Parts: sequence; structure tokens; C-alpha cells
Amino acid sequence: MSQETHSYSANAENANFSERRSVWDNFKLELRKSPFTARFGIIIILLYALVAVFAPALAPYGQAQVFPSPYDPWSSTHIFGTDQIGRDVFSRMIYGARNTVGIAVATTFLSFLIGGTLGLAAAIDRRWIDQILSRSVDVLMAIPSLIFALVLLSIFGSTITSLIIIIAVLDSTRVFRLTRSVAVNVVVMDYVEAARLRGEGLGWIMRREILPNIMPPLIAEFGLRFCFVFLTIAALSFLGVGIQPPTADWGSMVRENANLLQFAQYDLRAGLTPLLPAAAIALLTVAVNFVVDWFLHKTSGLRDE
Amino acid sequence: MWLIGFFIRPVVFVMNKSSERGNLLLDVKDLKIQGFSDEKWHDIIKGIDLRLHRGEIMGLIGESGAGKSTLGLAAMGYTQPGCRITGGNIYFDGVDLANLSDVQKRNFWGDRMTYVAQSAAASFNPAHRLILQTTASTIRSGAKSKDQAYSDAMDLYKELNLPDPQNIGDRYPHQVSGGQLQRVMTAMAMSPRPDLIVFDEPTTALDVTTQVEVLSAMRKIVEKFNTAAIYITHDLAVVAQMADYIKVLRYGKEVEEAPTREMLSSPKEEYTKSLWSVRSLEKAEQQKSESVLSLEGIDAAYGSAKVLFDVSIEVAKGTTVSVVGESGSGKSTTARVITGLLPQSAGSVTFDGEELPKVLKDRTKEQKRRIQMIYQMADTAMNPRQTVGEIIGRPLEFYLNMRGVDKRNRTLELLEMIELNGEFLQRLPSELSGGQKQRVCIARALAANPDFIICDEVTSALDQIVQEGILKLLLRLQKDLGLAYLFITHDISTVKAISDQVVVMNQGEVVEQGQKTDVFQPPHPAYTELLLSSVPDMDPDWLTNLNAARQ
Amino acid sequence: MHPVLSTVLQRLGLGLATLLAVSIIIFISIELLPGDFGQIVLGQAATKETVAAFRLELGLDKPSYLRYFDWVVGVVQGDLGQSFSGRAASGQDRSREVAELIGPRLKNTLFLAGITALISVPLALLLGISTALYRNSIYDRSINATTLTTISFPEFFVAYILILFLSSLNQWLPSLANVDAATPLDERLLRVALPVLTLTLVIIAHMMRMTRAAIINLLASPYIQMAQLSGASRTEVIIKHALPNAWAPIATVIAFNLAYLVVGVVVVEVVFVYPGIGQLMVDAVTTRDIPVVQGCALIFAVTYILLNLIADIIGIITNPRLLHPK
Repeated sequence: MSQETHSYSANAENANFSERRSVWDNFKLELRKSPFTARFGIIIILLYALVAVFAPALAPYGQAQVFPSPYDPWSSTHIFGTDQIGRDVFSRMIYGARNTVGIAVATTFLSFLIGGTLGLAAAIDRRWIDQILSRSVDVLMAIPSLIFALVLLSIFGSTITSLIIIIAVLDSTRVFRLTRSVAVNVVVMDYVEAARLRGEGLGWIMRREILPNIMPPLIAEFGLRFCFVFLTIAALSFLGVGIQPPTADWGSMVRENANLLQFAQYDLRAGLTPLLPAAAIALLTVAVNFVVDWFLHKTSGLRDE
Repeated sequence: MWLIGFFIRPVVFVMNKSSERGNLLLDVKDLKIQGFSDEKWHDIIKGIDLRLHRGEIMGLIGESGAGKSTLGLAAMGYTQPGCRITGGNIYFDGVDLANLSDVQKRNFWGDRMTYVAQSAAASFNPAHRLILQTTASTIRSGAKSKDQAYSDAMDLYKELNLPDPQNIGDRYPHQVSGGQLQRVMTAMAMSPRPDLIVFDEPTTALDVTTQVEVLSAMRKIVEKFNTAAIYITHDLAVVAQMADYIKVLRYGKEVEEAPTREMLSSPKEEYTKSLWSVRSLEKAEQQKSESVLSLEGIDAAYGSAKVLFDVSIEVAKGTTVSVVGESGSGKSTTARVITGLLPQSAGSVTFDGEELPKVLKDRTKEQKRRIQMIYQMADTAMNPRQTVGEIIGRPLEFYLNMRGVDKRNRTLELLEMIELNGEFLQRLPSELSGGQKQRVCIARALAANPDFIICDEVTSALDQIVQEGILKLLLRLQKDLGLAYLFITHDISTVKAISDQVVVMNQGEVVEQGQKTDVFQPPHPAYTELLLSSVPDMDPDWLTNLNAARQ
Repeated sequence: MHPVLSTVLQRLGLGLATLLAVSIIIFISIELLPGDFGQIVLGQAATKETVAAFRLELGLDKPSYLRYFDWVVGVVQGDLGQSFSGRAASGQDRSREVAELIGPRLKNTLFLAGITALISVPLALLLGISTALYRNSIYDRSINATTLTTISFPEFFVAYILILFLSSLNQWLPSLANVDAATPLDERLLRVALPVLTLTLVIIAHMMRMTRAAIINLLASPYIQMAQLSGASRTEVIIKHALPNAWAPIATVIAFNLAYLVVGVVVVEVVFVYPGIGQLMVDAVTTRDIPVVQGCALIFAVTYILLNLIADIIGIITNPRLLHPK
């Protein structure tokens, strides 16, 4: 039954060779096979991005524009009515996409910049840099981050800059841990040792040998961290110590309109008004989670079995 | 051969449920199994028949991916998660296991058929004492009372030459060594006196000197209770000691099956013949000449744990020095000292007449260029995100400042040297076979135009036939380019195939070194003797003779 | 010394060191305040003398390590300092002790968190283990989809949805959880029903997912396959083989989620106007009443560290490798 001949050829050895495709082609191909939830997530994320970018064009009124009638019901002039001081809820929802999501994205980027760089450095230099950073992170993580954020906000005040920096620094501890742990697994690989033996510098090793190999978990983590940051900022704003008025923001909008809830039995739509920004937050988080779930499934090759 | 055994071995211990030896016990017919990966079902077993009589041992051999483990488990009616039986029957004592539910099969498992796994350390539950795990299924089936089962387990421990058989069962899995654990697992498999035991690569993770003890113990006990067994391994010499019949598998199909002696002396199929070939490769020995690298009195330590003691090795230009030893012998540490990854605490490394700085950082680019390294696992030695062209091209660019067309032409030349064509330039490591990967790693080392290459177990992760190709390539390159190799390995047959000089290491010390013929010629120091005598031969009587000699 | 004991002691020491580091961080926060904060606290009308007296009271004339020492000694004795609020520009001091402010509210918070934990921990473990055992069944998939959605919801969204349906549209449960020391237990239970329900929903989702992952990870061990191949039934595999090794991961999951619960409490208390320590802290942050913020943060941090410490110790004392050293 043996169809293999004894004459050996290295070229002919069996191997899986896949056709080379561009990243975009690959993405399209994967998307075609993707589950419903992932497609739903991608559409929602794109939609939010569009609304955030074109907010001024889409919103009928300005985010701080006050009308004489507070707590107006839903109508054709004010689609979702007006809030407690007479601002158009629909317009503030649209601007909220820009403010709330924008701030969360900026914070996540910053936190990855800090945590990612330090995590990589700690993974490569396993001596004192790693020791100092890891121990400090342990201590920082011993305080729940929302509580820590509250302490810091009480000192530095609730400006958008301090909010971004505080949350980013606190969140970067988690990015640091992840980056470090995945990078440590790559650093011990023989190809990194081979690069070191060749005499390559630290920069090359970080950029060319390690970074490309830890991108998939980092990208997934970016999604998850974004959700976390987004929810934390929303919670802080809801508590009144996050994004401050008059900037339109979903978290504070929930708080401002919470009173309307008790009128739900008389006018259901009025009762729904405070839930709209909360639902906007939830929808985006669900969407990102769906996409991350799919991405993790694709890249890790891990299955539940 | 089993017929002879039938007459010689008295069937004294008829405690097992088998009525008599020779009846058909297991009859697998046209079995087909699929596994799920990459969102698709793939064929793993493509229609295999297997017949096993009571008291017989069947050896299943094949390379990785041949489906031997899947087949072995399927003989018990078990399929791993993510696999399914798509066709055929598994008659065990007349019952088709393929058609039984898990609950029904459980009545067979741990009672009439048992399993010995490759990694005993991972397969024992860390939370329970060994004797509890040894006897659990026997007590559950009600075959013996707890006291009976315990005292029987102690007898089995004794039979398997475990130290302190009365008390070793009170220990927890992490408290005994790997070789002992593997024997306890054999006792566990034997405790219910099953009709069939499946051994799944039970000695692969062990050192050769330990392997001999475990093999002897296993064979003794299986013979004693006249149990039928399936013995899965990739090591021909091992299976030759254990099996009455050998079945060779490849790509999920049977290549051939024959009684062990017949299979060893006159294999019919080309593929089977090729499995033997590496053993026949032998290098004509070269005498020592001008040395290219010499280690003198090297001591080295990881933190406070000293791992190398006064190691001196000399490598002559254009020759191969093999460093042999078991795990923990310090052979890989020696390589780390030479490369500068682990600075020595005493002694010196001299390369081509000049002493090398201890630390890699202090060495010049030229010094780094001239010493290259090839790793055991080609998989992890190449960045999975770089193409073959980038991998081979980088040293050209880095050391020799080659760019553009020059670099490309030289890369193609190197590919040709390792017998691969230009189509491979664009491939990623994941798109190469095991042998091709190792070849690319060789090309990467060659790209630096080195004088000296450290080969760290470069063939031990590869299948037999591929090993031969790699060794031949290394020998040819040595002849063409005048390279010197330091060849680290635990495999004696590879040492015979490639080396000029041999260094034997044990626990961080050099036990013996010299020309290959001298080292392999008795008299040996005690450790070399133990090591050399523990390496199984392709002779079915080897283990019997060895045990007789060692008594 | 027995390795279990030495490891436990080591972990305790580490916990203590962490606690010390955390207390320093919390203490330093007051150092970071801008120099004129006395003026801010007391109001623009405050005279130089009152501001100076205030600074003296805070001990700002002493070096910071001495003040830290005083503060720690005070904290250990239950003295968390004087609140900033209630001080007037005139120098009149009607401020209250922080410990006095926190005391009754801490009880309320523990009551809320305790009831939630009593309900959610067993329920989450049950769901987590059962979904792990019947993974990829319809049951598992639907619970998974539900919890993935729930963990994406902000706590206040869950809270307001519950209020909308259970309190506003149907007046079944009160939406205000205003209790005081005089409220009888049955009344108290009724009032915390919605906050407890909210917290339970959020916690269960997290805890159940983590339990499921931990159990699946455990069931993938080779010794589980070995147990199956030696004929153990499904129940035996779970009870005898998986469970003895599951304490450590389960304890970690529980501790993590109880710590998470402590944080979730902050938002939920604000939503339901429940007089707990979370709401106190948020109010203190808004008014920049630093001593109160410090006191609350310290209590949250201690709880968090303690819970993790307990999980660690459970992991150590159930680890056979440490229990039965070589």
C-alpha cells in the first residue's frame, strides 16, 4: 500500500501550505463565516463610530442648548423630549456618543501605551525593572480601581484630563499584567534567544520578534479593557464625579433624568428617557464583547472542549 | 513467538477472567475515526483492522500523526473529546464497543480493560494517595474487598520492583519520581486483573536508564498474569522488547503487520525499511586536529545551584563532538556557556585562539557570527510571523550587510544547499513540515558563514526517516564547508551516526571523553556502562539478555 | 516548619505589607492637595488665623512621616480623624468624627452585601458547575448568552430596568432603600430587595462565567481522562476527582467576585439612596471631604485585601503538594 518511495525529498515533505492573502481579504473571508453575534457587534460599533464622528451634523440642536420647557415629553421637535433644564435629550444622546465613547477610547489607548510598554520592558528585563514594576502593580491592584479612582478624583478634581489620566493609569496595571504574561511566554522562545545570540538590539527584539506575536491577545484585551474603562467612566459620571456638565455624557444623563422613571406608569416614554443613555452604554459594551468573543475564538484556537 | 511463550510460561496465575490463552479477545474491523479541527472533521483513522488474542502483546508503532494513540484508545471504545467514530466495529469479547453508550462502556473500563498513560505525573490525581488510586476501580467493581485490594496492590508494587512496597502507596503522586510513578500506574492497570491493558508511550518521557527498569517491570508483570496488551510507541527498539506482533501505522492506515522477529529481520514495505535506516548511517571517524573551540575547567551555576563542575571539552576544526547525557547532565548548560548566555563562574572558553568574553554583550559581532546555534524544537526557533526569506535573510543583512538582489540570491543559494527550492521564500514556518523547519534553521545558521555550530538535540523531535535526512545534510555540509559541530543529544544511535569525538556527561561533570571508537569500546566508566547498556537494541532478546547480565 | 504553615505565614506577611503600602498611598493623597486647600475647605471668608489653626489641627507643621505615624496609630485605634465638613469660616467647628460617620453606614453596607452574597454565591456556583458539566448544551448556551449580555450592562442600567418594571410600572417593591437604625428587620429586608436583586444579577453573571471556566479547565486535566478510563461514573469523576482539586480555583472566583460586589455596592447605593458607606464616599468625593474619603477607601481596600488573602490561604491549605511535602 505504500505509495511513498524510499528516495527522500525535502521539497516533497507534507506540509499545510495556505494561499497568501491580504489582511483585508482574510478579514472578508472570516467575516463571511462569522456568527450572527459578531456581525451584529461590528455593525453596532461602526454605527457608533459614525454617530460620534458626525455628531454635529446629525444632532438637531447643540449639546448645551437650553429650551424654555424642561421635562418636555417626546415629540416631533424633541424626539426624546427635554431634560431637567430643558436640553434636547436626542441631541445630547448623539453628542454623548462622541464624548463618552471618545473619552473611553482615548483612556484605553493611553492605558495601553503605559501598560504595554512597561509590560514589554518587564518581560524582557526580568531583573530589577520587572521586580519594581510588578510589586508596584500588585499594590495598586490591591485597591479596587473604582475606589482608587474616587480617592484620586477627590484630590485632583473631576476635569476630563484628570479623569482620563487617572483611569488610564489605574487600568494600565491590568494591561501591564497581561502584556507581561503573554510577552514572557514569547521571550523564552528560542527565536528570541536566537535573535539575542545574533546580537540584535532591544528595539529590534521588541518590535520585530515579540510584538507581532503578542498582538492577537492584546487586541482582544483592548476590546475588553475598553468595555471596562467605558463602564467605569460611565459609573463615575453617573455618580456625579466623572464627566461634568454641560458636556453631554451618557452616564450623567442617566442620573439627571432618573427622576422621570417614577412617571413611567403615567407616560411610559417619559419613564424610558433615563434608560436610553444607559441602553446606549449597554448596547456598545455588548457589541464589543460579541466581537471580542469571536476574535478570541478565531485567534486562540482554544475551544471549550 | 507467542506460541513458544505459550509452552514456556506456566499459566499459574489464572486469577484473571480470561478462560484460556489464545481466544480472540479484541477484533477491530474497518475502524474509521474523525477528529474536529479548524472547523472541519478530518479523518484520523482511515479503516484499520486489529485482532488481538488473549495473552498477546501487540505493538503499535508509527510517527507522530499516524493515529496510533487514537487507535489504542479506540480499542477501549474511548474517543477523545473532539473525535468521533464514523465507521467499523470494535468487538471486545464479542461485544461491539462502538455501539455501546458511555455508561455501558464504563463497566468494561477499569475492570476488564485498563490504560497506562504517557505522563504519569499528570495522569494521577494530585489529591489522593497512590494506593487509593491504584485500587479504586478494583474496589468499585466489587472484585475484591478493600483489604484484599490493598494487599494485592502491595504485592504488585513489589513485583514491579518499587522501593518499600508496603508503604509507597501511602504517598502522594508528587512524592515519588517519574519512573516510579509509571510503575505505580502499571500496578493500577493490573490491579483489577484486566483482560487488556493499553500502554500509551509509557516510557517516552523517561531517561534511558530509568526506561530500562520500567520496561523490565512492565514486561515481567504482563507476562506473569498473561494479560493481553497493546503497546503504543514510536521507538522500534522498545517495542521489539515488549511485543509479540508489531503493526506499523502511517497517516491513519496500516502499513504492515508481522510477528516481531519477522518484522525486524525482513520488513516488507519500503516505509518500514526506511524506519530502520538511521541506525545504519555511520560516519567515518576523523582524528583530532587543530582545535577551533576549547572549554577549560568550566564551572557554572544557576543562581546558587551549581550545575557544571570543571568541564573541559575540545572541538577540532571540521569535526563533530557529541555530548551525551540524560536530562540534568548539564549538556545544554554547556552550550549556554559557550554562547555566552550563561557566564561561567570559573574557567575559560577559547575560540580560534582567542579567549571569548564571558557575557554575550561583550562579544564582538564577528565572534557572534562565527558561532551559530540550531535548536531542538524548530517550531519555537523560528518567529511564526516571519517568512522563510526573512528568517534566512536577516543574518545576511545583519552580519554581512547584504541587501536587495545580493541578499535574495544568497538566500536562494542557501535554500538550495538545504535541498529546498525558491518557492519556500514566501512561506511561513507554520506552512512547513517538521523536517523542512529544521532545514530552514540550518540555513539560518549557515547564512552567517560560521565556523562552528552547536546542534542542541536537533533531530530528537523529528520522525525517524526525517532524522536521517537531516543528519545526512549536516554531514554533507560539514564536508563541503569544513564546519565543526558540537552535537548535543541523548540518543546513542545518533551519536554513532555523526560524531568523531564523544563526551559523556552526568550531573554536570564529564564522565568520559575521547574518540568515538574508544568511548564505545569497553572498558567503560560505570556511568558510561550504565548509559550505553540501557539503550535498547533492535533485538527482541536485548532486554532479556541485559537483565540476565545485570543480575 | 511545615510548608503549609510557612507558606500561610508568608502570605499573611505579604498581605500585611500590601496593607501598609496601601495605607501609605491613601495617606499620601492628602499630601497631594494644593497648598490653599484650607481656604477652600473653610470658605473664602476664613481669616488667616482660622486657616492657620486648621492647618495646625491637621498637623501640617510636622514632617509627613510623623503625621503618617500618628495617622496609622489613630486608625489602628479606630480613630479616622475629623471630617472636613461642618467647619465654618469663623473657625467654629461642628465637624464630626469620621469613624462616627462611617460606623452605622458600614453596618448597612455589610447587611446589603451579606444578603447578596448569601443568595448569589451558591446560585452562581450551581450555575457555573452545571453549565460546565453540560457544556455546549442548549442550557449552557442560553445561560452563556444571557450572562455575556448581563456583564456588559452597567449596574445602574440593571437597577433602573428593575425599578421600571418592579417599582414604577407595578408597585411591587420600593425603589427607595432609605433605612435607619430604627427600621425593623422585615421592613429592612423589603427595602433592600431591589438593591440586592440588582447586585445579585450582576455578580451571578460574573461569578458563574468564572466558575464555569475554572471547572472546564479542571476537567481538561489528564487525570480526569484517566479517571474516566478507569470506569468512574460522571458523579464519581466530579466528586472524587475534580472537587478535591477545585477548592483553590473556586475560592479565588468567590473572593474576586465578593471584592467586585464591594465595588458594585457604591453605584447601587447611590441609585437606591441606601445609607451605606459607598454613598457616603461618593458624597465625600463631591465635597472633597478628604478624611472621609480616606476612611472609606481604607475600609474598601482592607476588605478587598482580606478576601483575596482568604482565597489564597484556602488555596494553600487544600494544595496536596504543600499538605504532603516530599
